Amino acid sequence: MATTKLGFIVQRPPYKSENPKLALTHAIASQSVEIYLNDGDMVTADLAFIGDGVLNCIKNQKAMENYGLTSTESHIKSTLMLDLSVFVCREDLDKFGLSEDDIVMDAEEFGAEVKVKVVPFSEINKMMEEVNHLLFF
Amino acid sequence: MGKLTIGCFSSLVGSMNLDFSVKLASAAIEKGHKVDFWVSGNGTMLSIKGQKAFKDYTHLEKTVKELMTKGLTATACEACAEARGYHKENTIEGFKRHSMDWYLASIFDADRVLHIGGE
Repeated sequence: MATTKLGFIVQRPPYKSENPKLALTHAIASQSVEIYLNDGDMVTADLAFIGDGVLNCIKNQKAMENYGLTSTESHIKSTLMLDLSVFVCREDLDKFGLSEDDIVMDAEEFGAEVKVKVVPFSEINKMMEEVNHLLFF
Repeated sequence: MGKLTIGCFSSLVGSMNLDFSVKLASAAIEKGHKVDFWVSGNGTMLSIKGQKAFKDYTHLEKTVKELMTKGLTATACEACAEARGYHKENTIEGFKRHSMDWYLASIFDADRVLHIGGE
């Protein structure tokens, strides 16, 4: 029985490239990876939004109305429903003049108990040191 | 020898990241390492057969085929490929197609992971 911890670091803004959404969908795939592994083995995924990546977390996105696409906001809510840890860098939010009121913090409407954690970069750095592999998007 | 998992999300044409990633995979295989190669997003373009060998555009089909005969496991994200109209019948023979959890499963027991991002 073994666990491999992955850290998904999102540093690009939303809707400019596919990267943030791929980070979210790959992180979500950690929930179905067991089909390829031996019993008891697992992969965990932590997500962190840093730099321009924090813009992915702005709430009330209108991707479906404007592009006919599922929003990044909706994918973040899916990760919360799956109990993944989602970190947002406090310093980078501050740089954009954003606060917790401006971003997705929970998915209570879907029954998610986990919430987004707005934390100092030092805490994200700690997470990055604790995981086995880092994937930058 | 170790196991290397390489993920690349950049397009075949328009970026040199796939060129670099495939060269890296080749070097690792030559050294005797096992290499899993995952392409997602625009990177799925690598899996398409019939790449024309123009000298001004990257074409890696022949190289990838040769590497697969030497043990490279190449897999494309099926959803990313289908979204781009890259269907199974257009895929290079031997190039696998799976969902994203295949990549994470490969990472699970990899000694090193090189995730080479997209555009």
